[in-house]
Amino acid sequence: MGIVAAPQRRRAKRLDVLPGAGKLQDNLWQRVAIATPYIWLFVFFLMPFVIILKISLADPLVAQPPYTPTFDSLGNISVTADNFAFLLTDKLYAITYLKSILMAATATMCCLMLGYPMAYGIARASETSRNLLLLLIILPFWISFLLRVYAWMGLLNNHGVINNLLMFVGVIDAPMQIIYTDFAVFIGLTYSYLPFMILPLYATLERMDLDLVEAAQDLGASATIAFRDITWPLSRPGVIAGCLLVFIPATGEYVIPYLLGGPNSLLIGRVLFDEFFVNRDWPLASAVAIVMLILLVVPIMYWKNFERKAAENEA
Amino acid sequence: MSDDKSNFIRIKNLSKLFGDFVAVDDVSLDIARGELFSILGGSGCGKTTLLRVLAGLEAPTTGSIEIDGVDVTEQPPYERPVNMMFQSYAIFPHMDVSANIAYGLNKDRVAANEIKTRVDEAIELVQMGDFRNRKPQQLSGGQRQRVALARALIKRPKVLLLDEPLAALDKKLREHTQFELMNIQDELGITFVVVTHDQEEAMTLSTRIAVMEQGRFLQVGAPKEVYEYPKSRFVADFIGTINTFEGKVTRVGDDTISVESTEAGTELRALGTHGLELGQDTCIAVRPEKIFITRQEPEDNDDIRVRGVVDDLAYLGNLSLYRVRLESGKVIQVSAQNRRRSATRAVEWDDQVWVSWRPRSAVVLSD
Amino acid sequence: MKRLSRSIFSILIFGYAFLYIPLILVVAYSFNDSRIATIWGGFSTRWYGELFRNDQVLDALFLSVRIALTSATLATILGTMAALALARFGRFRGHTLFTGMITSPMVMPEVITGLSLLLLFIALQQLTGWPGQRGFSTITIAHTTFSMAYVAVVVQARLSAMDQSLEEAAMDLGGRPLRVVFDITLPLIAPAMIAGWLLAFTLSLDDLVIASFVSGPGATTLPMYIFSKVKLGVSPDINALASLIIAFVSFGVLLAWAVMRRTEAR
Repeated sequence: MGIVAAPQRRRAKRLDVLPGAGKLQDNLWQRVAIATPYIWLFVFFLMPFVIILKISLADPLVAQPPYTPTFDSLGNISVTADNFAFLLTDKLYAITYLKSILMAATATMCCLMLGYPMAYGIARASETSRNLLLLLIILPFWISFLLRVYAWMGLLNNHGVINNLLMFVGVIDAPMQIIYTDFAVFIGLTYSYLPFMILPLYATLERMDLDLVEAAQDLGASATIAFRDITWPLSRPGVIAGCLLVFIPATGEYVIPYLLGGPNSLLIGRVLFDEFFVNRDWPLASAVAIVMLILLVVPIMYWKNFERKAAENEA
Repeated sequence: MSDDKSNFIRIKNLSKLFGDFVAVDDVSLDIARGELFSILGGSGCGKTTLLRVLAGLEAPTTGSIEIDGVDVTEQPPYERPVNMMFQSYAIFPHMDVSANIAYGLNKDRVAANEIKTRVDEAIELVQMGDFRNRKPQQLSGGQRQRVALARALIKRPKVLLLDEPLAALDKKLREHTQFELMNIQDELGITFVVVTHDQEEAMTLSTRIAVMEQGRFLQVGAPKEVYEYPKSRFVADFIGTINTFEGKVTRVGDDTISVESTEAGTELRALGTHGLELGQDTCIAVRPEKIFITRQEPEDNDDIRVRGVVDDLAYLGNLSLYRVRLESGKVIQVSAQNRRRSATRAVEWDDQVWVSWRPRSAVVLSD
Repeated sequence: MKRLSRSIFSILIFGYAFLYIPLILVVAYSFNDSRIATIWGGFSTRWYGELFRNDQVLDALFLSVRIALTSATLATILGTMAALALARFGRFRGHTLFTGMITSPMVMPEVITGLSLLLLFIALQQLTGWPGQRGFSTITIAHTTFSMAYVAVVVQARLSAMDQSLEEAAMDLGGRPLRVVFDITLPLIAPAMIAGWLLAFTLSLDDLVIASFVSGPGATTLPMYIFSKVKLGVSPDINALASLIIAFVSFGVLLAWAVMRRTEAR
């Protein structure tokens, strides 16, 4: 009797081959199942980042490919930090990065302010309506992103619906310049990413027993207090998920600034694209990407951590 | 009883750790062929873990398991001659009753017509003939359990493991199923290992019971033995109710022992010496049904007798339960069968009574 | 009877209007006879006719559909494998890196994923000669890579919620692990796999940025075609195309809803 004396003899069993073994163990197919996606992702997701890094440390060449090789035929390494130096010293780039982040953050806030009440409303709706309402949120998502942005082009341009309406009503005499401004980009971002905010919010709100909250209100807690003390804190995971799902991709948006933005609406996604395809300066484009990644690393890490904790809470 | 039969299942020094947590602590046990063995314990005692290790769903950290002379410790669950009936029944929701029951045979590569016959047999055994094409969602809890049972038995395993088989059933169904299980086991002669937290279940079903707590077996024995001769306070208290009196040993005889107890307010005598010495602290315990309760003083015999007052009484139809407050202030429980039908009860609330019992009815508990 | 508060109700209305009015207008204008798309010139379906005679559109559509079908299927297979690994294999070696890699494509800005993959393909071409011509295969690989993440998330959610004792029971009855996956696990996660496939299909069909990076001459996907025309401004045949897509998707989604309602009712 008594606790097993140390050292514990760990017998090598087929079942215990990997530490903390889970179920469904059978070595061969398990290895295949893990290895296949692993290798795929390693090659097609991870490796590319290494390559970007390598190229960001090179010089542009008029050649195919248009950059200096890192390792020349003698095995010497030639790297240069010129591209990064340029990025960090050139004011234009700093402003562009900042602007992209600000724009993305504002759009995120807007999505949150519009999306939260909508998600709440859907979560409170009756069973049958709820499915329909959700489907109506998802439907635009299934319709091409590009087409939805395009739709706004028609709305916002000088002969577009909004201007026509405003002129018709008499608020303005001549068409306002809405399209090709930062404001248009901002609307486009909010419009396109709204479903990404609503869905995680809805998922969290739906799990909460909102009846309880409304009961608390009945008992005298005012609506604002009930919201602030109960609903909001409990819905935080959904809020965080939604914000990250909007903010991170929005920072690197290309299509929306291109179609709806003006010459001043340079966002970093567009800058990267132009450096690469228009200027053929691959090393610089790579450096832009690396810096963007670094800026996003903090929210992305936060997102990973958050996902992991959410998964652990589920278990 | 040849050696073969009694060592049908041999568990040797089995331990299972989850990280630092010791779920099963160096357990050893032999189970005989054809036994209906129960492992009884509260939640978290390790009984389900032990069962899962037997099934092969968890690998033991140390130790070994032998079934019918074959070491199965390394064998994965799909190779062991062991089948399990899960607490949740685990019926496959996308297959109907027949397909569920036949599943194990399909894996064994049995011929198609033989599968059909055996499935029919199994369905008959659990009386689910009318339901063979139903989906699990259309079945009641009790019906699903029968499907789970048939599914496990059809493979004619050497050992059947049952995880809390009666927990989800209502009282009447539970009683009925208890006897059904015993009959099936008797008929097929399969060794059953049952895990339960319900002591009544364990007592009714089993040939032997193991009481488990914190990963260890506290006592293993036939129901009667565990009930009448518990070896520890935990076991005594876990199974049924028991009255305990703390005291000090005052005399050690050849085969008797005397304990002076302030709780009882008198000297208590019990059989056996239990390796105790003068002055040692110990505990004398008596089951409620072993105690006589009378208004008059009992006859002059060897019985231990104490006075008290009836604090509370409950009439249960077939028996009455009394809570008697002794002069020392301690309250004990006494139960008596209502053998006589009478207009007035023999003993009433607030009556002055004598409670008495024979020395041999008492148990000495040291831990 | 739950009554939504007034303000929430009105925000809901506003929100849905915000989402749908642009689309409705596009459909309305697709029937506009005037070439200047935003000035109404009369009802006409001529843009639809022109669309069907437009070879470029049809080629682009065909290519996009082929890519979407292939990448969605590949992504579902790989994503399901990944989900199984994450949900059922405990903490295997390299588990943290694996989890990180699986979910990252979902949040990465498209320009970065696109750029990184293009550079990879070029490097591969230098080393091995493949891919000589960027197009169908490179786009498919790119789409599979990021779609896999979405499939994995969807399937993993379902796997985690599933009762594991079903798989244990199957193993206990003699099923070897691989058999159990096909007999028990896959049938039960099938709805999640289908949802994942549909998601991957849509993402692929819709992708512009990544396809632009990794495509080559002669391989124009539908979004690339649309973008090239839309860059120049609003155009009526794009209105028609958009309306067709909107109609098609709406029909599909409403069909899915009807099917969901019926299966729930049973």
